Amino acid sequence: MSELIQQEQQHVKLPEGSIGKQTTTLNLGPTHPATHGVFQNILEVDGERIVSAEQTVGYIHRAFEKIAERRPLYQITPLTDRLNYCSAPINNMGWHLTCEKLLGVKTPKRVDYLRVIIMELSRISDHLICNSIVGVDTGAFTGFLYVMQYRELIYEIYEEICGSRLTTNIGRIGGFERDFTNTAFEKIERFLKEYPVVLKEFETLFQRNRIFMERTMGTGGISAERALNYGFTGPNLRAAGVDYDVRVTAPYSSYEDFEFEIPVGTTGDNYDRWLVRNQEMWQSLRIIEQAYRKVQEFKGEEATVYHADVPEYYLPKKEDVYTKMEALIWHFKIIMGEIDMPKGEVYHAVEGGNGEVGYYLISDGGRAPFRLHFRRPCFIYYQAYSELTKGAMLSDAIITLSSLNLIAGEMDA
Amino acid sequence: MVLTNEFITQKLTEKFGEAIINIEEPYGLLTFEVPKEMNLKVMQFLYDDPDLQFRFLTDLCGVHYPDQTGRELGVVYHLHNMPENVRVRMKVFTSIQQPDVFTATKLYESANWQERETYDFYGINFVGHPNLKRILNVDEMDYFPMRKEYPLEDQTRIDKDDEMFGRGGSI
Repeated sequence: MSELIQQEQQHVKLPEGSIGKQTTTLNLGPTHPATHGVFQNILEVDGERIVSAEQTVGYIHRAFEKIAERRPLYQITPLTDRLNYCSAPINNMGWHLTCEKLLGVKTPKRVDYLRVIIMELSRISDHLICNSIVGVDTGAFTGFLYVMQYRELIYEIYEEICGSRLTTNIGRIGGFERDFTNTAFEKIERFLKEYPVVLKEFETLFQRNRIFMERTMGTGGISAERALNYGFTGPNLRAAGVDYDVRVTAPYSSYEDFEFEIPVGTTGDNYDRWLVRNQEMWQSLRIIEQAYRKVQEFKGEEATVYHADVPEYYLPKKEDVYTKMEALIWHFKIIMGEIDMPKGEVYHAVEGGNGEVGYYLISDGGRAPFRLHFRRPCFIYYQAYSELTKGAMLSDAIITLSSLNLIAGEMDA
Repeated sequence: MVLTNEFITQKLTEKFGEAIINIEEPYGLLTFEVPKEMNLKVMQFLYDDPDLQFRFLTDLCGVHYPDQTGRELGVVYHLHNMPENVRVRMKVFTSIQQPDVFTATKLYESANWQERETYDFYGINFVGHPNLKRILNVDEMDYFPMRKEYPLEDQTRIDKDDEMFGRGGSI
């Protein structure tokens, strides 16, 4: 029997560098359930060990940068939703902040704090997905199903504020489209009360779990130096031991008013990435609590502010549109996209779920951006995948894939 | 020592003299242009100089200015000195007839895919790139779609007869 196999194998052309060994080419993706997204990996495996990996991306490329060149600013927000759809509000806010930077809009403190609440909630939902998916890939489905309930609660909060759940289009240039309702605040309160218990349980399920630790420790590791060279940002970089966080180094939306820590790891392996994300969820909870308290402290007139005064970009109230000439004109001009932007170029970055989400906007004074480029952290750090998995077992490569938290939408723009 | 924009500008002009042009500070971010054959030299200097140490490539992208004859295509680098938390923006421009720019992959691994993306959309040929091929678009594509001569489809056009997309032939 084995002679027969050997005879057959003689027809196979061996890849270069393999010393008389038989390797197999394996397609991981683009629609494999373990890739959690539409991207392909062509793996060269020797038994169960990976010799090399070549990534193919672009399956859901939607030419957002090109589309943005014909759209007024407010119509670009829905495009940013679809980048990292696990934490769409962060992208939305990042885009609003970029526009505000270009236009020189100063937002009131209450708006900043409300934004911080939303951004931290979406960071939790992003990390929650990633960490529980790592759990699923190591064989623990329970945690995933359990925490989904709380992602659902976060989505309900979004829904209460902007009306949608996944692709949120939340907020406007200058603030929010409407004030947070009491139900929204109640839900945030409920989340703050219930979620720490769940997170603690989730943590005990994994953190010192022997099976989980042995599956994740020492796999998919990267040194700080290599991670920086590969352009890592966010939790993946922090897991390698670099305490770089845009919220601290270039505070936006009044992040400087909050007390929080940046968790860092040491080895940059899958376990450290998991730990960093887990700790970040605790820190996010801390931030939300502080922001929620700060929002409650506003009194009188200040407690009703939910947007800045930007008539050129912020839609006037509907009843004003029907009764006041000026409001009607602004409404028309905004909707028809007839407002010329100031000339200039601006780069603004926010700390997204996966790292530094940057918007590079060049305006030539027209009505749509002359050029808009998204810095998508996923796209940049996915390059390192072949280095991370070289020599690893196939099953470890799957965990590495999910613990990097690759989001196809963000990768392909 | 604080790494200010003035200090960086001074360092750069000391080293490269007149080659550094169009120094601006839009929204506080130091922006300058270098001739395209010097992009690697300047980047290496920014990387190695003990005072500067810009060792993180944040972003790399292309731009197309069809009206600038002879320097239509641009490559924009955002570099970051993380310990000092200072960013700079460096630009190079090249003609569309011969869009050759040296690759930054030797300095930064992260430039690899970003340059492929820039090639894919603008057709900028990164000289020395290890694997310069399309990344997001299909390999068979024979044009560079982000260039300005390819406008987005006009929403009001009626010459397309496509029942499935709501442009029925009845118009």
